[in-house]
Amino acid sequence: MNVRILYFGRLREEMGIAGEMLDLPPEVGDVASLRARLIARGGVSASAFATTKAVRFSVNQDLARNDTPIKAGDEIAFFPPVSGG
Amino acid sequence: MPVRVQQGDFDVGAEIAAFRRADPKIGAIASFIGLVRDRNEGDAVAGMTLEHYPGMTEKALAGIVAEAKGRWDIIDALVIHRVGELKPLDQIVLVVVTGAHRGAAFAACEFIMDYLKTRAPLWKKEQTAEGARWVEARSSDDEAAERWSEPSAK
Repeated sequence: MNVRILYFGRLREEMGIAGEMLDLPPEVGDVASLRARLIARGGVSASAFATTKAVRFSVNQDLARNDTPIKAGDEIAFFPPVSGG
Repeated sequence: MPVRVQQGDFDVGAEIAAFRRADPKIGAIASFIGLVRDRNEGDAVAGMTLEHYPGMTEKALAGIVAEAKGRWDIIDALVIHRVGELKPLDQIVLVVVTGAHRGAAFAACEFIMDYLKTRAPLWKKEQTAEGARWVEARSSDDEAAERWSEPSAK
């Protein structure tokens, strides 16, 4: 299944990309397993997630939890704790 | 939903006048204006860049306003947040809440800012003499937002 991944803030800088399209196997069913899969790629994916404290995430532009399910066509974003206002 | 994310500045007086629309039911307007300071964490700040998540920022702010309208007896709320390059003295954010009476307007205005600080997808990167650095989220902001947690949500 194809999903769109986006990165923001420090995580975007460390990844070196603002986003990517990924074709995920069906066993990647929630945000936690997607994150584990990204880290397992190693390289910059692993180091970016390791150096960003408390990575937050959203699914289809709503704040999400580790067990929030993901499905084909979803837009999933990873980012550091927010600092606006 | 009166929520705007924009690069340009805003005129507080003009925004409030337009938002009131001469509605005689409004007896109170509470507002908050966030500004860029020239110091943070003990260092001089020359300016900052505000990054956001287009689409989600507007959705998150609209959700926060909707929640405020559900919790308090207010008439409406306006949120304007700037993004892009900002300098000390610049305005960053405006929250305006209209209501019949001041109590609900004050509370809803503070609630909207506390939730914005912890839930709206915006990130500051500030320029200092040592270079650019990302502004870390503050635990005091989480504590401020936690005050508004409903007992049933805990």
